Amino acid sequence: MAKMTLEDLRKLRDATQAQIKKRDTEGKHMQVIVGMGTCGIAAGAKATLDAFIKELDEKGMSGDVIIRQTGCMGLCNNEPTVEVVVPGMPNIIYGGVNPAVAKGIVEKHLIKKELLNERILDRPAADILKK
Amino acid sequence: MHYTLCDLLSDLTQNAIEAGSTKIRVDLRESDGEFAAVIADDGRGMSPEVLKRATDPFWSDGVKHPGRKVGLGIPFLIQTAESTGGDWKIESSDGSDGSPRGTTVSCRFDLANIDTPPVGDVAGYLRQALTFDGSYEMTVTRETPRGSFEVRRSELLDALGLAEEGSFTDAASLSLLGQYLESLLEE
Repeated sequence: MAKMTLEDLRKLRDATQAQIKKRDTEGKHMQVIVGMGTCGIAAGAKATLDAFIKELDEKGMSGDVIIRQTGCMGLCNNEPTVEVVVPGMPNIIYGGVNPAVAKGIVEKHLIKKELLNERILDRPAADILKK
Repeated sequence: MHYTLCDLLSDLTQNAIEAGSTKIRVDLRESDGEFAAVIADDGRGMSPEVLKRATDPFWSDGVKHPGRKVGLGIPFLIQTAESTGGDWKIESSDGSDGSPRGTTVSCRFDLANIDTPPVGDVAGYLRQALTFDGSYEMTVTRETPRGSFEVRRSELLDALGLAEEGSFTDAASLSLLGQYLESLLEE
């Protein structure tokens, strides 16, 4: 691959945009929020973030899911942690989300709308919750 | 300790973003034996006392995590640099001494030292640093003996049609940005 220019990036975006627009916008508001604090980074959260982007791209869902980064959720012993927000489902925080689990979250939680029960953490640690 | 130098930089760049900066500069310089980075922001900065305490792993300002007493980002940098023959320097001002507010973190690592962590995934680090929520401008320069480049967050947002939103949102944009950054790193 040769070095891309900003113009190349723009063209690529326009081509992708056209594909995205053809799809129904149902499920547009699904969100994957990756914990990227010192603890998350040390536990490999960057590989997790990359895995979500790659997996969603391969499944052709990348236009339907918002991916965000956040800081520590206070669950440092369970990093990498990921919060998944899907309309009509409870917001779930998963722990120990390595790239393989990230793939599982895309296939099960985001596509089949089923939870990965064994990876669910309850909620952010009590001292992290905003009062 | 973080697994790669890029992980270390992710952590420190996030500090710059969370300091409420409007402009952040990330300079990466790599030669055959050395990897050097500067992360400079115009965020709220630190007083000399706070800066001194920030080097202590058992200190945190307690704002983000009330009641917690651990802050490992800067201590990881110090530990890694000092145990591998590298250098680090942090200059900061909270404006109280009349100088402009902001923090500049500089570091240099000896790539020949067997204990220096691998550089890691530069494109992945840059994608991550450029795509936090918020309306900061970030200018990244990278220089190697084989070539150099400069990217600006605002230009990338514009190219991806996200100038109005002001942040990278969907996985599609992140994927395209990844491809673009990977291509710049081709040598």
